[in-house]
Amino acid sequence: MKVSMRVNGAEKSGDIEPRVLLVDFIRTNLGMTGTHVGCDTSSCGACTVLVNGDPVKSCTLLAVQVDGSEVKTIEGIAQGAALAPIQVGFHEEHGLQCGFCTPGMMLIGEELISRIPNPTDEQIRWAISGNICRCTGYMNIVKAVQHAAKLTAAAKAPAGKEAAMAGGGE
Amino acid sequence: MFPAAFDYAAPATLVEALALLKQRGDDAKIMAGGQSLIPMLKLRFAQPALVIDIGRLPAMNGIARHNGHLSIGALARHVDIERNADLAWLCPILVDTVHWISDPLVRNRGTMAGSVCHADPSGDWGSVMLALDASLIARSESGERVIPADGFFQGPFTTTLRPDEIVTEIRIPMPKGPAGGAYNKLERKVGDFATVAVAVHVELSGSKIAKAGIGLTAVGPTNIKATAAEKALVGHEPTDEVIVEAARLAAEAAEPKDDIRGTAAYKKDIVRVYVLRGLRTALGRAREVKA
Repeated sequence: MKVSMRVNGAEKSGDIEPRVLLVDFIRTNLGMTGTHVGCDTSSCGACTVLVNGDPVKSCTLLAVQVDGSEVKTIEGIAQGAALAPIQVGFHEEHGLQCGFCTPGMMLIGEELISRIPNPTDEQIRWAISGNICRCTGYMNIVKAVQHAAKLTAAAKAPAGKEAAMAGGGE
Repeated sequence: MFPAAFDYAAPATLVEALALLKQRGDDAKIMAGGQSLIPMLKLRFAQPALVIDIGRLPAMNGIARHNGHLSIGALARHVDIERNADLAWLCPILVDTVHWISDPLVRNRGTMAGSVCHADPSGDWGSVMLALDASLIARSESGERVIPADGFFQGPFTTTLRPDEIVTEIRIPMPKGPAGGAYNKLERKVGDFATVAVAVHVELSGSKIAKAGIGLTAVGPTNIKATAAEKALVGHEPTDEVIVEAARLAAEAAEPKDDIRGTAAYKKDIVRVYVLRGLRTALGRAREVKA
């Protein structure tokens, strides 16, 4: 079956069997391996991608189900050479150890901030409740999302000193 | 893991979907959000020849009040219930329950109607439907059928839905007087299936209980309607004595099994405690409505 979707803003298509999972289409057919396979049973969230803006588990979706949709993966998060606020947050707050859960955590964080610009600890914890960090670095993940929320708010604020913070990185 | 091969169709209209289903019947499986079906396909517990994806059918995701009932379209996702501002006061038990369902990512795809039709005895919505006296609207080429939730669940993953029928809507009757509900769930970790969960709904008339609904999750081959406990409440003032007796009767109706989540005796006692707690919350909510 033919499927096509916009992945990180670029039109992608393939000819696949209906049983191909979205995560396999992304990793195998499109060769984008930033989306991870962890549990493969809809428990861990390592395969998180955004479909039409909503975080979903790509191991529990058929690629044919998202035909015609807008998909965002971790590869689509950086803004050119500059890190996105969520990436700066994880960098500054040591939001990762092994990094396996990080693509999912970052996409969740970014979507949460787009919906709730200044999320509380509790809101962040509920938002990542479908994503497991087996290094158990949750405290810093929560801090990383908060850091990113501040950067995002500063970047949106009328030009001021704080806007420079959004660059981040080294 | 990947599913066994199947044919896939994503009809654009309900008429097309019903025609296809009539033709293929038992060989076909209806998919809405796929959050229960896809894991079953991957584990190869389900190997349908054809998956009919109804996810693209138009105008089936509404949540609205109509002629004395709340109508929830078959494609309304858990997240649509979670973020619906009216439901928080119209039917708070739905909002109680939705937070317990899996995790936010699954709630972004999965649907209430899909979950009810999946009929997992550990499913949360089934008990809520039993407590609220909800009905399912099923369409087929021969017409429309209204199926009460009470009696819909026949066994694990088995319902009275016919092979040519698609559930298009769930109807929840709106209470006639002050009403309240609550859903309490015991789970080992966030997003897990219930060890035990209990849905409770009460409607008051003056100082007496006019209507009561109690649904039990994960303590039998289906979601269970605790009919004897409901009867012990109706027509009575909700004194401690009455509530304690209803909780005892609900625990009696539970048929749990020993498993990794707990022993049968433990689960029965959790049913009792959660009926007590649920009734106290539900009655508190009903009295707030009155004030």
